[in-house]
Amino acid sequence: MAPVQTTNKTSIIKITDLDFFYGDTQALFKINLTIAKNRITSFIGPSGCGKSTLLRCMNRMYDVIRNTKASGSILFDNNNILQTSTDVTGLRRRIGMVFQKSNPFAKTIYENVVYGLRIAGENKKSVLDQAVEESLKGTSLFDEVKDRLNESALGLSGGQMQRLCIARAIAIKPDVILMDEPCSALDPKSTAKVEELMLNLKKDYSIVIVTHNMQQSSRISEYTAFFLEGRLMEKDTTQKIFTNPSKKETEDYITGKFG
Amino acid sequence: MGDYKKASNKAIGRENFGIYFTGGALLLILLVVCYVMVIVLVNGLGVFWQKPLVEWHLKGGETLLGYENQRDVNSAGQDIVQIKIANRDIVGSDYKWIKLANVLTQNLPENALLVERYEYGDFFGYLGNSKIDSKNKLAELKDKITQLDSKSERLTNLTDEINKLDLKVFNNNNLIKSLTYEGAENASPELTLLRNENETLIGLIGNIAQKKNKILALNSQLNITLKLANGKDFILPIEKILHFNFPNQMGLVDKVGDYLRKLWRLLSEEPREANTEGGIFPAIFGTIIMVFLMSILSFPLGVITAIYLQEYAKRGWLLSVVRISVNNLAGVPSIVYGIFGLGFFIYGIGGFIDQTFFSEFLPTPTFGTGGILWASLTLGLLTAPVVIVSTEEALATIPQGVRESSLALGATKFQTVLKVVLPLASPGMLTGFILAMARAAGEVAPLMITGVVKLAPSLPIDGEFPFIHLNRKFMHLGFHIFDVGFQSPNVEASRAMVYMTTLLLLFIVILMVSIAIYIRSRMIEKYSTSSI
Repeated sequence: MAPVQTTNKTSIIKITDLDFFYGDTQALFKINLTIAKNRITSFIGPSGCGKSTLLRCMNRMYDVIRNTKASGSILFDNNNILQTSTDVTGLRRRIGMVFQKSNPFAKTIYENVVYGLRIAGENKKSVLDQAVEESLKGTSLFDEVKDRLNESALGLSGGQMQRLCIARAIAIKPDVILMDEPCSALDPKSTAKVEELMLNLKKDYSIVIVTHNMQQSSRISEYTAFFLEGRLMEKDTTQKIFTNPSKKETEDYITGKFG
Repeated sequence: MGDYKKASNKAIGRENFGIYFTGGALLLILLVVCYVMVIVLVNGLGVFWQKPLVEWHLKGGETLLGYENQRDVNSAGQDIVQIKIANRDIVGSDYKWIKLANVLTQNLPENALLVERYEYGDFFGYLGNSKIDSKNKLAELKDKITQLDSKSERLTNLTDEINKLDLKVFNNNNLIKSLTYEGAENASPELTLLRNENETLIGLIGNIAQKKNKILALNSQLNITLKLANGKDFILPIEKILHFNFPNQMGLVDKVGDYLRKLWRLLSEEPREANTEGGIFPAIFGTIIMVFLMSILSFPLGVITAIYLQEYAKRGWLLSVVRISVNNLAGVPSIVYGIFGLGFFIYGIGGFIDQTFFSEFLPTPTFGTGGILWASLTLGLLTAPVVIVSTEEALATIPQGVRESSLALGATKFQTVLKVVLPLASPGMLTGFILAMARAAGEVAPLMITGVVKLAPSLPIDGEFPFIHLNRKFMHLGFHIFDVGFQSPNVEASRAMVYMTTLLLLFIVILMVSIAIYIRSRMIEKYSTSSI
């Protein structure tokens, strides 16, 4: 439990003493963690360790689930987003999320990308057109789909769908992108593309990724946090975690002794 | 090895039994449906096919003209045959049973004449005795029909004029009623003016009516003398003739033309003679308008309710109770809905509207009596559970991830439901709409107490201001079947009409459902992964 010291300039989210409950079951215990700006932070740990739950705390997606409760604080832009007064939709526009299963809407590719802008009230064609081009280029999808922007997004391949979901998330220009196992349903080739994409994106965005894939974590992230049974066991630079972890559990997990 | 094989044989045997058992059930249902369809199609479509008129010479010198309708065996074991001889006004009945053994000869007289009349059904007979006589008679008949036609335009104009003036008088009367109700003095100049105007109008109407009656009196003097099968004369007023032809001279093309003419008349005309003759256009129109109005109420109400139940309502025992209740509502007998509609819509809301807006017409009800609006609302309530259940099921199948994706992009819950969830659920919702429409179109019991009538004088939508008259009573195909088939004084003669109406009702239901299915398949195409 030794959070890396970061200055305020380089961190974007600061989590302090976060406890989280599903009904009576406590899922997270006293989490203290900072997320670095313009870096990729990966969360690793066995299933049910609370890493996805923590991710869902950062954009209040746990609101969707009934009977949940969070205490402590998550500071983002100097506000504790756990407060009930938080403008949740505004928060989610700034902290975007990409899910494990790609979920394109039953709309055209174009409308999928501009969805976030449209619901925010942006209807100017030029703005939307530009956002589509930028986002699709940003996810290197543009060349593949530029001739069928007005066809259903549901006709894309699995890898394309997931990149479309990322394009959809970055179209509204968030500060942070949370990714919940974004590659677990993809083949190696598509995975490589998404990883390449993430490395490009970190110029403009801070990324948090939950992954079960150790190699992925070591390939793309600067920082890695290891969770076990709702507790943050260790957080450090990825290199240190993978070469010289300070906890035995971490070493056991990344060398495949359990999990 | 042997045991394994035995066991697997047994399993295969069981599997085969399963296939035959379930397949057999399907086959049984298909057979029943096909049987019903064939019966309705054969009887319905055959109605308008003109059969030749046969001359039946019987023992004892009696001669009949007509065609065979059906055969049977009487209690003594003799073959008997039912002949349609028409001429209801002369012989009392359209049909006559004779013993087959009594028939000496049959032949097809070329000059046999069939006249469709405005009253008493068809006339079967002859123009004249000989060929030359017939020729002269035909010329006379045509000439007289032309004479009659030349006056018909004048008559229509006069009728229109009378109707216009009548409407003015009616409006003036209403104005007088309103003014009196609002407390105008009996001798006030306004009222006097209106009364005087009405007097003048009524005088004018009288004059026009006299002119009309004169023409009508002249018309009724136009007659033609025809021959009956027994050789006697029959005097037929020309104005009673709807159409005439010589069935035994008709070729295939003539018959097809005749068929289409009769079919078109059925679809486009109003009924005559206690609904047993003429067309059923008002019933078709009423059915479609009613289903349409029902949809306007039922679909949004059902969908909105389902969205609340599925997306917003808190899970718990209360929700379960509500859900079970809604499911059970779909099984409540339709007559119960009818009685509810009568009490709540007609007496409750309709009565309130009458007292508030139409009190000057009371005690004559305006909305406080059965009408197409109330019937549609009642059916809307009846079909809402179907829509709710199917919409809920459709919403439940939409993956949670889709909703979360939308929320994660900053959408509110309402935006998510409206823009993401509903489009995905639309094919399933349409299934519910289809079921609801089919049910509403076929429902008769609740309509009988909420606004359906045997004969509606005017359509619920017409050219008269304000064009849509939701308080009017209406006709309905389902009720028409019941009325003509089982309440008619002349059931035998209206049997054809019943089959045809049944066929049309089925056709309308199938048509509406097909349109919905087409839209649904387009939606599925749009919203499924297999589109490319």
